[in-house]
Formats: sequence, structure tokens, C-alpha cells
Amino acid sequence: MAVILSNTLVSAGIFKMTVAFTGVVKPGQFFMLRAWDKDPLLSRPISVHNYEPGQLTFLYQVVGKGTEILSRLQADDEVTIQGPYGNGFPEITGDLCVVGGGIGTAPLYYLVRHYRDQNPTGKCRVYLGFRDIAYGVDAFAALADEVVLDVGGIITHKLTVLPGETVVTCGPEIMMAAVAKAVPAENTVYVSLEAHMACGIGACLGCTCETRSGNKKVCKDGPVFGREEVFNV
Amino acid sequence: MSNYLETKFNDILFKNPVIPASGTFGFGREYEAFYDLAKLGGLCSKGLTLEPKSGNTGMRLWETPAGLMNSIGLENPGIDAFIENEWPHLKEIDTVTIVNVGGKDEESYLTAIEKLNAIDAQLIELNISCPNVKAGGMAYGIKAETAGEITRKVVELSRHPIMVKLSPNGEAVADIARACEAAGAQGISLINTLQGMAIDYKKKAVVFDNLYAGLSGPAVKPIALRMTHQVCQAVKIPVMAMGGISDWKDALEFIMAGATCIQIGTINFNNPMAPLEIIDGLEAYCIHEGLANIGEVRGIVQFKI
Repeated sequence: MAVILSNTLVSAGIFKMTVAFTGVVKPGQFFMLRAWDKDPLLSRPISVHNYEPGQLTFLYQVVGKGTEILSRLQADDEVTIQGPYGNGFPEITGDLCVVGGGIGTAPLYYLVRHYRDQNPTGKCRVYLGFRDIAYGVDAFAALADEVVLDVGGIITHKLTVLPGETVVTCGPEIMMAAVAKAVPAENTVYVSLEAHMACGIGACLGCTCETRSGNKKVCKDGPVFGREEVFNV
Repeated sequence: MSNYLETKFNDILFKNPVIPASGTFGFGREYEAFYDLAKLGGLCSKGLTLEPKSGNTGMRLWETPAGLMNSIGLENPGIDAFIENEWPHLKEIDTVTIVNVGGKDEESYLTAIEKLNAIDAQLIELNISCPNVKAGGMAYGIKAETAGEITRKVVELSRHPIMVKLSPNGEAVADIARACEAAGAQGISLINTLQGMAIDYKKKAVVFDNLYAGLSGPAVKPIALRMTHQVCQAVKIPVMAMGGISDWKDALEFIMAGATCIQIGTINFNNPMAPLEIIDGLEAYCIHEGLANIGEVRGIVQFKI
């Protein structure tokens, strides 16, 4: 159980929840959240939006019953969190280019923050795409060298990747597939997948994805994969 | 340590009657981060087949009210890889080890069973009831006659005791249980998942590539309890019951219906500590009720029609 410090509406259907938590949390990892007994039956896998000792933040979209219940929680309420789970993003040393779509921007913020801490002189460029309303853009702008925003269009149409940049993308699968295809082969690309999960720890095999090296579990082997592993490029 | 929960399943001694159900617990490794697996009454492997299986494509999970539909499709590394990579780890855990085996035809069942003769498992759970692969054994498990036939052949070939895992999706389950008993099965486990269907109205499409899928979780418990009672009435061999058990009170109901052991499935996903909490709850119940052993309430509600 973790105590909620704040849980606020950020944009239409988008909430930001901060809970009291201290541990080792890597960008790209996720937690299983639950604030109910047996209905819904399963916990919800939510990626880490930000972490600093004592404060763990999730940015999440209300899409069903579980996230709806989460959105109604208030400061001082308790939420069950299990984690962190998943491999997370690798440490990136050269220049970084992130491409986020919709709620897929959530884990990228912590990645950029962490990157900035580790690489004060590295270049970091950010592409953000939203269908209707943008959110969280200022937070990226405070850390990145450049932010390219697109609302209602196709973010990959604006995407130009520079030589030497490592690309990290998270968002709708169709967007990540387009990024995987558009970025030159010389650049390394990591994608963070989303899947329905039951256990979150690799036991149920509900989130299996096909990769070049056979079946992998999104929860345990991922959610971060190299683009060649999961997309035909 | 007291023996409130010590349970004999034929001549196999379980330290308690609580075993995580096949398919919800991998090969145990994932749950070692949560607790010492030796506290469990037993461990049951993920459903194995002779050859490795990559499982079903597309969506594999779908929540329902208090339930979960799955269409995993018996994804598993195959018997050989299990024996090489998982068994050495599993056998070192100080608890009863059960190996779950499925098959697509008689030959694949028998070859798998023969390979398993090389290891010292305490019990084999013969899966003739997976609803999620077209040749997942359910074809055998929905008719008493074919269930009996495959059981007889497996029993003859195996050096392990055979517990047959039954489907709730076929002929009267008590008839199937009787046929398995007559064929030499030394135990029955039930229920596998109930076959269901899901449609995504937004996509105007079925959810699962395999069309139908297996329903489990608290939603199925009353059906599982009824079938457990029917089978316990029908056979003399011990029964390992499952289906929607989510706490010690549920577990107790299945024991009162006649089950010797119980398996804990879907609730592991909701609460990884559930099996231990159920063990603790059953022990506290024994102490509270002044029972020397949980077996004193086994089958206590039996009601002959």
C-alpha cells in the first residue's frame, strides 16, 4: 500500500497521481496499481512518469473501470502498488531523440529527466504527438533542447532524426511502427510496448509478443525492446 | 509446526492442501520474489506438451465482471526443455511437485508421459481439458468414453500416479470422473476454465483469434463448487478442486464439498500472496473451531440426492 500525495486532472481524461514511495526505479519500468478488491479482478499496469526519492508519479488515461476508480482517489487515500516491473530503458549516453504519442508520452518524461541528469551536455530533442489536446509539453520543454509538437496530425511526418541520435518511442503501436520504419538504420531505436497484463511478473503469459528471437513477455522481458526485435524494418 | 493442514492425497503427503493452479504460476520462479515456495502444499507446472508451443496469437486476456477470460493456448517450452531447464529447479523445492501434461493426440500424450518417466515427480496432472487450442486435449475431456481411453493408456505407461484434470464443458462431469477412475486414474482435478466468448462492440469483432476462450476467477466459483460436489459423490479417488477460489473461506467450501486438496488460480494475479493467506486462514479456522486437522470437515455437507 502507498499513500497518495496528490491525484489531479491534467487534461481531459488524463490524471497525474503521486504516491509516497522510495526504491530503485528506472525510467521505462511500470507498477501494477489497484485500489479495489476483486472487481475489476486485475491490477492495472501503469508506467512511471517520474520518480524522486519519496515521490513516485504516474500519468494515466482513464480508459475503463480500473483507471476510472484510480482517478477518483484523493490525497491521503491508499493505493496498492506492486513493482517496479519490467526492464526499463537502457542507459543512453549519446544524443537522445524521443517520440511520444498521447499517453505514451508518460514514461518518456522520466527518461528525459534521467537523461538530463546523467548527460548535462548531451543533446535531447523531443517529438510529441496528440490527437486532440496536448498535455505535459512544458515539462518536456524545460528539459529538452527542442520540442516539436503535433496535435491532430501524424508526428512521424515531422520527424527528422539526426546522425548519432538514439531514438526512443512510446505511443500507439501504429505510430511506433512508423517511427521504426522512418528512422535510418544507423540510428538505434527503442520502443516501449503496451499490453493487457494479468500478473505483471511473467507468470501468466497473457502479454506475450512475437519477436525476432521468439516469444517474449512484454511485462518481464520488456516493455522496452529494440525496434528490430518487434517490428519488421 | 502443527499439522492442522497436513493432507494425504492417496499416499502422497501434502504439508497443506493448497497448490497454485497450472497456468497461473509459471514454473514458480516468478513468485519466489514474494515468498518461500516451500510453504505451499505443492507446486504444479505450467501445462506442458511434447513439443514447444508458442501459444495463441492476438489478444490473450479479457476481463469480465469478477472474472478473467484467457486464450494463452498452452504456450510452453515443451517436455524436453522443461526437464532440462525447469525440473532441476522445481525438484529442489521442499514441496510436492506436480507436472501438468496436455497433448494434441494420443501419440503426443504418450510420448510426453514416457519422457516424464525419467523424472521423479510425485503426481502428473493429465490435462484433457484445455479449451484454448484446437487440439488441446479437450476433445478427449468432454466425453467419458474418450477420457477413459486416454487415461487408461497413460496410466499403463506412466510410472507416476495420474490425476486427470476435467473440463466443465462436456458431458456430465461425474460420468467423466467415473470413467477416469475406472481407467486407473488416482485422482481427479477440476474444473478447468469454462468456455466463453467475448465480442469487442467498438471493433464489431470477436476479441480472441481462437474465437472462444476460457473463463476463470471468482465468477465461476459456484459452478466449480457444484461440479466438485458432484465428482466427490461419484468417485472414491481423491479430488483436487479449483475454480474461483480467492480466499480461505472459498477454499473451505470446496473442502466441505469433498475436495481433498484445492488449487489457487486466477486470484494469484490479483494478489500474489493469496495462497499463503489461504493457508494461514485455513489454519486459523482449524484452531478457532478446535479441529485437529482440516480433514475433519472434508465432505461435511455431503447430501445424497
